[in-house]
Amino acid sequence: MCGIVGLYLKDSSLRGRLGSLFGPMLAEMTDRGPDSAGFAVYRGAAEGQHQEAKASLYDPDDAYDWASLADAMGHDLGITIDWDRVSTHAILRGPAGAGAMREWLVKNRPEARVMSTGSSLEIYKETGLPRDVMSRFGVPQMTGSHMIGHTRMATESAVTTEGAHPFNTGDDLCLVHNGSLSNHESLKRMLRREGLVFQTENDSEVAAGYLAWRLSQGASLEEALEAGLKDFDGFYTFTVGTKNGFAVLRDPIACKPAVMAETDQWVAMASEFRSLARLPGVEDATVWEPKPATIYSWGQA
Amino acid sequence: MTKTIDLSEQDLRHANRCLQRRDDGTQTEFDVLNPMGAHALAAGLQEAVTVTIHGHVGYYCAGMNQKATVTVHGNAGVGVAENMMSGHVHVTGDASQSAGATGHGGLLVIEGNASSRCGISMKGIDIVVKGSVGHNSAFMAQAGHLVICGDADDGLGDSIYETVIYLRGEAKGLGADCVEKQMDDAHRATLQSLLTKAGVDADPKDFRRYGSARALYNFKIDNVGAY
Repeated sequence: MCGIVGLYLKDSSLRGRLGSLFGPMLAEMTDRGPDSAGFAVYRGAAEGQHQEAKASLYDPDDAYDWASLADAMGHDLGITIDWDRVSTHAILRGPAGAGAMREWLVKNRPEARVMSTGSSLEIYKETGLPRDVMSRFGVPQMTGSHMIGHTRMATESAVTTEGAHPFNTGDDLCLVHNGSLSNHESLKRMLRREGLVFQTENDSEVAAGYLAWRLSQGASLEEALEAGLKDFDGFYTFTVGTKNGFAVLRDPIACKPAVMAETDQWVAMASEFRSLARLPGVEDATVWEPKPATIYSWGQA
Repeated sequence: MTKTIDLSEQDLRHANRCLQRRDDGTQTEFDVLNPMGAHALAAGLQEAVTVTIHGHVGYYCAGMNQKATVTVHGNAGVGVAENMMSGHVHVTGDASQSAGATGHGGLLVIEGNASSRCGISMKGIDIVVKGSVGHNSAFMAQAGHLVICGDADDGLGDSIYETVIYLRGEAKGLGADCVEKQMDDAHRATLQSLLTKAGVDADPKDFRRYGSARALYNFKIDNVGAY
């Protein structure tokens, strides 16, 4: 199963309420995925802070010494790295490129679990019920322009924090997936030959890696998803978050559910309508089911 | 007198218990408020009650219906009126996948569009869709009628048995063993009666009829070498 949700706020006056609007959407998908939950929040870009890079890191030890990691990174990159501990995660911030941060981490702290890098993206994920995961990370207080999230019912790989979604697919890009891919092992071999590194045995991480690879070859997100329609064998509804919005794609036989809704104030997607049922103004929203093999995108996704 | 059930105040199990008249066998009319996309709402009704739902419903609404009349003022999720035996289910908005799947009888009317696999394995139900239907509609459909006033996506009537399809628009593609058939006065009369029952103003002359070529029905002895 698995449940996925996405919310993009067109009306900037709602952005202070992003987390409180998104939280109930994800919690409603608990029946579809009680094993783990994760979400991506995009914040900072709209407030003009995107000259800064951010990295979201994870360590199972919630007393992990992030201070010395931040100091060492700052020293080597010649900048000051600020950091905040958020439960088992830490958000590092500094006036560097996101790529430079990721490169430093891979080279100097290969054991560090990098959940995301980018200028506005932060990814948080953990095992457990969605409501418990969201409360650990303080979702109700979160602000920003958009969030996407996932509740997982594990099928083809273990229930671990690393195996939870979303998967970061290059700076400020991330993916959540409902479904299962049949050809992820062969795709993974191909992508490894292209130099990609995978952290888990999860099929969705391969889909994320595939999109990142296509983008690195110069494809637009739309072109990367179009190519995915030919190369992915299996069932999927994907929601892909970008710095400015999100995109939705279902497999050509629409095996996995999806519903979308839009008002003047927001656009949202979910596996099932009940996740959208509490959004403000939903009674007058345009509600529809996305067609198979058709890319839908918002906010210059 | 109409009984009002507000799902923002009552839980779904209690609401369905009321609608199924398991506690009070006299009530015949119900209004359901704030369905909030709940699943299996008004499923398993077995008596001639009238249920009006105000808002969008989730999966399997009015599933297994017998005798009851259920109207959804909104959209319906996956499997609306699945396995309906008799009665009448009416959706004023769109329906998601597998609308009317495996239905044995009764009438399902969808005023908007139905998505993929509408009427899959239908066994006698009549389905009237004012809009269009998605791919693989009437897959392995065995009996009953599927009326589509709009278009049909790919694979219409794949591996169909004896369901009759009336289509006003275009089919993107017909499934295996589904063919266009001649439309005579008896077919137009049947279609007119379905359109009238569904409250749809359309001219039977604008429709074409599709059904089984019956080439997949039986094992052919010529193929024995393949096994």
